[in-house]
Amino acid sequence: MSLARRRFTSRAMTALCGLALLLALLPLVSLLMLVISRGAAGLSFDFLTQLPRPVGESGGGVGNAIVGSLSIVALASLIGIPVGVGAGVYLAENGDGRAGKLIRFTAEVLSGVPSIVVGIVAYGLFVVPMHHFSALAGAVALSVLMIPTLARGTEELVRLVPRTLREASLALGIPEWKTALRVVVRTALPGIVTTALLAIARALGETAPLLFTALNNQYWSHRPDEPTASLTVQIFNDAVSPYDELHARAWSAALVLLMLVGLLSIGARLFARLRARGQR
Amino acid sequence: MISAPPPVASSGPHPAPAASDTARPKIEAIDLSAWYGTTHVLRNVSLSVPANTVLAIIGPSGCGKSTFVRCLNRMHELVPGARQSGQLRIDGEDLLSRKVDPVDLRRRVGMVFQRPNPFPTLSIFDNVIAGFKLNGIRGDHAAVVEKSLRRAALWDEVKDRLHASALSLSGGQQQRLCIARALAIEPEVLLMDEPASALDPIATAKIEELIHELKQVLTVVIVTHNMQQAARASDRTAFFYMGELIEHGDTEQIFTNPREPRTEDYVTGKFG
Ligand SMILES: Nc1ncnc2c1ncn2[C@@H]1O[C@H](COP(=O)(O)OP(=O)(O)OP(=O)(O)O)[C@@H](O)[C@H]1O
Ligand SMILES: [Mg+2]
Repeated sequence: MSLARRRFTSRAMTALCGLALLLALLPLVSLLMLVISRGAAGLSFDFLTQLPRPVGESGGGVGNAIVGSLSIVALASLIGIPVGVGAGVYLAENGDGRAGKLIRFTAEVLSGVPSIVVGIVAYGLFVVPMHHFSALAGAVALSVLMIPTLARGTEELVRLVPRTLREASLALGIPEWKTALRVVVRTALPGIVTTALLAIARALGETAPLLFTALNNQYWSHRPDEPTASLTVQIFNDAVSPYDELHARAWSAALVLLMLVGLLSIGARLFARLRARGQR
Repeated sequence: MISAPPPVASSGPHPAPAASDTARPKIEAIDLSAWYGTTHVLRNVSLSVPANTVLAIIGPSGCGKSTFVRCLNRMHELVPGARQSGQLRIDGEDLLSRKVDPVDLRRRVGMVFQRPNPFPTLSIFDNVIAGFKLNGIRGDHAAVVEKSLRRAALWDEVKDRLHASALSLSGGQQQRLCIARALAIEPEVLLMDEPASALDPIATAKIEELIHELKQVLTVVIVTHNMQQAARASDRTAFFYMGELIEHGDTEQIFTNPREPRTEDYVTGKFG
C-alpha cells in the first residue's frame, strides 16, 4: 500500500470514528437539552422543599419525593452493599468451589430478571403480609437489583489485587480471613466504592420496583413502614395524568433526578481519580 | 548466564562457621518432597542449617529453590493442589505435623520475596507495623518501627517521611522496607527468595551487608542466582538441580572444591 493511500485510509477511519461518536452523543445531548428546557422553569427553592399541591393550586414541590427517593435508596444500600460486596469477596477468595459456582450462577440469573418482576415479588413477600405499602419493601426490591452488579464488580476488583500482596500478608503470619479483609479488600476498596456509587445511581433511577412497594405519598413519610414518595414514581404519575401543570412538574422532577444521578456519577469519577493520584 | 567464575578468594571475611556440622541445627529437612498436582518438584531433600548462619540456595531456574523455601514457612501448601511429604524441623519440632498452626509458624519464619511487595495503600510506618497490628500484638509501635528500620538499614533515609506512601520509595528502599516489615515481628528464621534480583549493585551490596548483621540474631536462607552473592553472603551453600539436592556444604568448599562435577559446572558457569 502506498503512503498516500494509507494516509487516506487513516483519515477516513478517523472521520468514521468521529461520526460514530457524534451519533452516540446525540441522544444524550438531546435528552439533556429537552429535560433542561422543559424542567428548568419550574425549579425553585420551594420546588425542592415543599409538598406537592393538588391541581389548580399554584406553588408546591416534590420535597417529599426527593427525601423519599434518597431514603429508600439509602435503605437499599444498607441492605444491598454489605450483601453484594460480601458475596463478591467470597467469590474472589474461594469462588472456584461448588458454592462459588452456584452463587455466580444465581447472580447472573438475578441480573437478568426484569425490575418489574422484582417489584412484584417484593409486593408478594412484603406488602401483602404487612398489609401496607412501605419504603422498606421498595428498598428490598432495589437492593435485589443492586446485589448482582455489586457482587460481580467486587469479584473482578478483588481478583485484580496482585497475588504477591496476599502472600506478603500471609507470610507475616496474618490469618487468611484477615488477609482477605484487611489487605486484599482494603487494596481494592477505591474501586469497590466507585462501583457502589454507580449502583446507587442506578437504583435511584428505578421506577418499576417501587410502583407496587413504596407506592407514593402526598405527604412526608416518617417511618420506613409507610408508603413513601419517590421522584421516579412521582414523575410517572404526573406524566400519565391529563393535566399540563402536572406534566410541567414531571419535567422539573426529572431534571432534579438527573442532577442527583449526575452528582453521584461525578462523585464516583472524582473519587476514583483522587485515589489513583494518592497511590502515586 | 554467569560469565566469570566467582572471586572466592577475595570474598571478604568468612566468620568460620564454628564447626557447622556439629552445631545444633536450627532448620532440618529430612526426605522432603513436594508436588504441584502430580508434578514432583522436590525429591527427597535432606539438609540442615545451623543456627545463626546463612544458607545460600543456588541452582538453575525451575530446579525447586523457591518451592523449598516456601515449604519452610508452609506457604507451599497455599497453592491449590500442592502438597509435601517428609519432615521439616525447626529446633527439633516437626513443622509439618498437624499440631503446628501454619499461621503461628509464619510469625517465626519471616519471608522476603523476589519483587518488593509493600502494601500499596499503607504508609512506610504502617507497612513496618502491619504484621504487628494485624496480629493484634500490643507494644510501642513507634519504637518497633524505628528498631526494624534501623536493622534494615533504611532508617536514615526515611525517618523524616515515615507517613509517606510506601510506593514513594525506590525499588531498593522498598525491598529494605519489606525486610524491616519481616523483622518487626522478630522471626527466628528469615527466608529470602532472590531478594536482590530486581536491585542495582549498590542496593544489592546494602542487602548483603544487612544479611551479615542479621545472622547475629537469626538464621537466614537466601535463594540467589548470583554466584558472587552466594559466595560473599553465605556460610553454607546448597546446590539444587532438577528438584534434587546435589550437594551442600561450607560455601568455601562448594566454590573451590566441589565434590560433584555438576556443582562444579554450575558454579564455574559451564551451564546455568
Ligand atoms: N504454582 C505452580 N504450579 C505448578 N507448577 C509449579 C508452580 N510453581 C512452580 N512450579 C514448577 O515447579 C518447579 C520448581 O519451581 P520453583 O519456583 O521452585 O523453581 P525455582 O528454582 O525457584 O526457579 P527460579 O530460579 O526460576 O525462581 C518448576 O518446574 C515449576 O514449573
Ligand atoms: Mg524461584
